[in-house]
Amino acid sequence: MTRATERKQGFMRSLDPAVLTAFGCIVLLLVLGSFYSRSFLSPEYLLQQLKVASFLGIIATGMMLVVLLGQIDLSVPWTVATGAMMACAAAAYGPLGTTLAIPFGILCGIGIGLFNGVGVAYLRIPSMIVTLATNAVAQGVMVVYTGGFSPQDSATAAMRYLATGALIPGIPNVVFIWALIGAAMVFLLRRTGFGRAVYGIGNRERAAYLSGINTRRIVMTAFAASGGLSAFGGVLLAGYASKAAQSMGDAYLLPAIAAVVLGGTSILGGRGSYLGTVAGVILITLLQSILSVTQMPEAGRQIIYGVVIILMLLLYGRAPASR
Amino acid sequence: MKDWEYRLAEHRGTLTALAIFVVMFIIYTANHPAGFTANVIQTAANKGVLLAFVAMAQTMVVITAGIDLSVGMIFLLTNCLASWLVVGSPLETAFGVLVVLAVGALCGATNGAIVIYGRLQPIVATIATGAVYFGIALLLRPFPGGSVNEHLADALTGRIFAVVPASLVALAAVVLLIWVPFSRSVYGRAAYAAGSSETSAYMSGMPIRRGKLLAYTLSGLVAALGGLFLTFFTYTGDAAFASGNAYTLFSIAAVVLGGVSLFGGKGSAIGAVFGALAFRTIGDLLFVFDLDPLWQPLFQGLILLAAISLGALALFRVRNRLEWFL
Repeated sequence: MTRATERKQGFMRSLDPAVLTAFGCIVLLLVLGSFYSRSFLSPEYLLQQLKVASFLGIIATGMMLVVLLGQIDLSVPWTVATGAMMACAAAAYGPLGTTLAIPFGILCGIGIGLFNGVGVAYLRIPSMIVTLATNAVAQGVMVVYTGGFSPQDSATAAMRYLATGALIPGIPNVVFIWALIGAAMVFLLRRTGFGRAVYGIGNRERAAYLSGINTRRIVMTAFAASGGLSAFGGVLLAGYASKAAQSMGDAYLLPAIAAVVLGGTSILGGRGSYLGTVAGVILITLLQSILSVTQMPEAGRQIIYGVVIILMLLLYGRAPASR
Repeated sequence: MKDWEYRLAEHRGTLTALAIFVVMFIIYTANHPAGFTANVIQTAANKGVLLAFVAMAQTMVVITAGIDLSVGMIFLLTNCLASWLVVGSPLETAFGVLVVLAVGALCGATNGAIVIYGRLQPIVATIATGAVYFGIALLLRPFPGGSVNEHLADALTGRIFAVVPASLVALAAVVLLIWVPFSRSVYGRAAYAAGSSETSAYMSGMPIRRGKLLAYTLSGLVAALGGLFLTFFTYTGDAAFASGNAYTLFSIAAVVLGGVSLFGGKGSAIGAVFGALAFRTIGDLLFVFDLDPLWQPLFQGLILLAAISLGALALFRVRNRLEWFL
């Protein structure tokens, strides 16, 4: 057998049926959409969708890292909002603040993530609870800070450029940023000890610990990364809308989890590929876009959205029969 | 270990929740300008009972080692439905109440069926069904509105003999009529056993599937009772996304405060009820101390954080590091 065919077989093996199904669903959605309107297959529309998907993609990247560990991060909504609000707030402090706006926003997110990580890894509190609580605290801090209204500070030029500009004509910057983050994530998961450890912990933390991995530090780092990525998503969203808003993150928690799970990552951890998450993100974005283009009222959109997620999960997200 | 010691240990979570509630309530009424009067208690009861119902619903799922992130949405859905149906003559009202409760139970059973027979993870499955239930609620009430049979509403939110809040009596009745029989039945024990260790429960021949399904169904039913009471208090139906989400979140907080283990198999809905009442009382402490309501979300978040950190104290009892990873 030649090396080329061997490699090809390895590649085929690495393709998860779940990932293939997700890509199949994307094609199906596009075909269904094109029956409704020709423009669904136009490059402009697809590029626009990719741009919208990028924000979710960046947030879902962090979520995936945490889900691979067998944990979950429910603090996404207010981490996104905190990142956005703090970046905008920093912009109000003269030229230095403007320069440091983006790092400062991300740093706030990393702080929230670190807090989650310490709670989960060192205090051994279930991640669902810690992250719910930090979400509530972050919300409380932001409500006190903004006085209950959307803050008046607006996004810096750099944030707007990252979110809406195009360095290479035709390719929006956010898509580029998502690609960079995605490449880094793939490298991290497949080529570094950290990535192997993440899968190991997701499969069985006890075994990973016994084989000499500092599991607690890895879990903490993963949560910090998730917080940072959520906040970065928030910074970019603020740049996109040119200001931060109270509930801007609410619309990202469920889609991020759904995208990760629909992409074939096991919610119990230890199994999943980044390609699947990319598929899941695009799938969710397309679904939302098609539902809004057909001018379905909000109620109908929610129902279809929920039903589709359940059906797809029943298709390939089922746990093995337990006996 | 003596018998009473064993029983005390079993109910430690519930008793702690009761103690927290009593202390908080004493602080609350002692500082309330009106003091310990029937009016103050009625208002506090009416606010607390809603969360108590939702927390009780959450407990039933949590003891099976699941979690119901759609419970707040079932609460909203039944509220919107009740604002259409629970009106008119006594017969129509009674029919409306039955339909609302049946719909709640159906929502719960749907969650259960998807989790048990569809073998999906409860957390993801209920996020998705929550979106569906919210969609239906929005379909029923795109704008806040509707009405309710005011005689019934006033009777259930008023006071009995001018002293005892009727809503508290209703809550106690639900605990006695639904929770106590359920937790003592074979299916209730099976739900506990499944939450504690599904494999062992299966090996011992317990009816875990039916037990879990019953737990999910009753959870939906109790959430619907909460929705009914929300309608009785507000006289309207309102599909407010933020409110549904908040109830889901607070129900988890109440369950944790009430000493119910999120890993399943341990705890009682009675503890969760006290946890809910305590959580509401703590939230209201801000008002009696005359602080800016702007601080309320932060305050509630910090309480939640403090409550869950208490659970981490168990770490100090761990002798073998491998027990960290249970």
